[in-house]
Amino acid sequence: MASAATVNRLSRALGRGSGTVAGGRIGLMVDPSLLAALTVGRHVVLVSGTNGKTTTTRLLSAALSGLDGMGTVVSNETGANMPAGHVAALAGAPDASVAVLEVDEGYLGRLVEETSPEVIVLLNLSRDQLDRIAEVRMLVDRWRTALGGLSPTGLPSLPTGSSTTGSSTTGSSTTGSSTTGSSTPRAAGAVVVANADDPMVAYAAATAPEVRWVGAGQVWHDDAVGCPACGGRITHPAGAHWHCDQCDFARPEVVADVVADELVLADGSRHPIRIALPGQFNRANAGMVAIAAVALLESAGVRAGDGGPATVDLVLDRLASVTEVAGRFSTVVHAGHPVRLLLAKNPAGWTAIFDLLEETGDTSMPVVLSVNARIADGLDTSWLWDVPFERLMGRPVVATGDRRLDLAVRLRYADVAHDVVDGPVAALDHAGRAMEPGASMEFLGNYTAFADLRRAL
Amino acid sequence: MNPVAGRPLVICVVYPDLLGTYGDGGNGVVLAKRAQWRRIEVELLYAPSDRPLPKADIYTIGGGEDGPQVRAATTLIEDGTLVRRVAEGAVVLGVCAGFQLIGRSFPDSADRVCDGVGLLDLTTRKGTGRRAVGELVATPTADAPRTMHGAALPRLTGFENHGGVSIVGPGSRPLATVERGIGNGGGDGSEGAWSGRVLGTYLHGPVLARNTALADLLLGWALAPEGSALGTVTELEGLDDDEELALRSERLEAVDVQGGRGWRSMVRRVRTRR
Repeated sequence: MASAATVNRLSRALGRGSGTVAGGRIGLMVDPSLLAALTVGRHVVLVSGTNGKTTTTRLLSAALSGLDGMGTVVSNETGANMPAGHVAALAGAPDASVAVLEVDEGYLGRLVEETSPEVIVLLNLSRDQLDRIAEVRMLVDRWRTALGGLSPTGLPSLPTGSSTTGSSTTGSSTTGSSTTGSSTPRAAGAVVVANADDPMVAYAAATAPEVRWVGAGQVWHDDAVGCPACGGRITHPAGAHWHCDQCDFARPEVVADVVADELVLADGSRHPIRIALPGQFNRANAGMVAIAAVALLESAGVRAGDGGPATVDLVLDRLASVTEVAGRFSTVVHAGHPVRLLLAKNPAGWTAIFDLLEETGDTSMPVVLSVNARIADGLDTSWLWDVPFERLMGRPVVATGDRRLDLAVRLRYADVAHDVVDGPVAALDHAGRAMEPGASMEFLGNYTAFADLRRAL
Repeated sequence: MNPVAGRPLVICVVYPDLLGTYGDGGNGVVLAKRAQWRRIEVELLYAPSDRPLPKADIYTIGGGEDGPQVRAATTLIEDGTLVRRVAEGAVVLGVCAGFQLIGRSFPDSADRVCDGVGLLDLTTRKGTGRRAVGELVATPTADAPRTMHGAALPRLTGFENHGGVSIVGPGSRPLATVERGIGNGGGDGSEGAWSGRVLGTYLHGPVLARNTALADLLLGWALAPEGSALGTVTELEGLDDDEELALRSERLEAVDVQGGRGWRSMVRRVRTRR
């Protein structure tokens, strides 16, 4: 591990200009143990999964920021979710006692090993950027290895639908010594808060000694039909929970379920999820956040509310302050037209956004779609054919982005009438010209396409 | 109505629950739409792996991960319908994992040799180098199947993402020669394979959306009069493919520019040295 002096020097160097990813990269080259050094003495929460990472990280920061006894929170809010981004964020906030870090799925193992997290939030796993990240099942195996190395916290377990919490491998309650340098007492191990409705996550997290499962729902079943445990089939019977038809792998017992706009704890208590962000997937994220925040408070020995149902309400109430996440879900006015800005990166994300469009908007509202295929997006656009664009039928649609021609062909075969326009702002203008003055439209882009538009506006 | 058999043309996407990783289900959609747009009655089926494979005129088999690929091959062999239908003249398109598994053998994740369905004379082993990932362009071989009006297939474009090396045996023929990318990867520069009405490729995209001539070839085969020779292609009316053609040229150009830049900079380096 780097000496404190080295870290401080690096931190100061990196801290200039609020810590840049490039600085983080250089820092890690100079000192590969920088991540460990920068998290010593902080309460670390990791958030990973294919979709909802940035939003969940933002909600969790809002839940914990300024809570009595928790101190200040640092987070990699810009979505730079690889170690260089973590280093940049941490170096820029040396005094923050809590670090809420969004973690790229492929880096979870490294972060678990180097940052001694107290809580790890696992949202979902579906295919994303196939040319870059290992396929879903390979990722699951890596998560299993990483989470299998955790030790339990020794905290009392929460009640679940049945008598046990988490996996069958719950070990004896070993409480190691507190990490040296920690400002507040903390448990030695980690609590995993995982989505029980995603079979891939359920399989990945099953190796962890202590899991609090949340029934957060799943919009996308296609990647999970093959049982990750035995190769059998995962079935989703109507009105019942998923299970494998060939082995005993099934949905774990949960400590809480997200049911519509409420979080229902295993004790039957119901807690309203009143968030400003739209969409069922965001209410699901909020439910995960509530359980994760309670776990961190317990682990950190911070008393807020009654430690039970009242704490859940206290946390959930703090989430209403989040109205947008790095521009996502925000509304801008362009040429007199309110434009809601939405981001989705993969078939599961686009499907969830289509749900949101139908739930919250006028179904005849124009939609501007923008797709790029740069390194950060994944170079392969084949995924467009796994997105149910047929659901946009009847809406005015404009296709833009670097890969607007791929989008156009996909829309043609989905029977969705569309125009193709070069450039996201020109595309908004084009859609606007066909609309009543002041009428609203939606913009949906993938990762760099979304960033392109925000930069241009 | 199918002008040949007096019933709808049946297109079957094979086991989308196992082989659906790369948008290859789109190949079924492209075939069905291109038939519909020509007023040919068509039925598009998504056949799950836990039920008997339905009788169809065209089967499309997509890419997938190692475990599901083995399961799909085993299930198809046990089911028997695919082999039987091919003997009766059905058309098959296999892509990536789907290409490998319609060959004689392919490796599983532990590098054990698994039996393929055996529709192509093709053996696949694990590659030793990096995974083949990126844009792939290949020119159809001189003896590749001819499409509408006896025309040669145009250059094929798609995206490859695989770690296998596939060797085409004497019982099948390579489909194309690689211009950019890896393709079959066996050192002979070949991409894909075909015999009779069975065709396999490493191209995603999906391949039929980027290469509509190939889509029409498969339709032309499937609509050939019953009992006609295997190479017979029923002529189909042309479609307004402006958007597909625009996508094709943009993709081909993107790859050409990449290569061209490398070439020019090399020339420049040589000149500078002089």
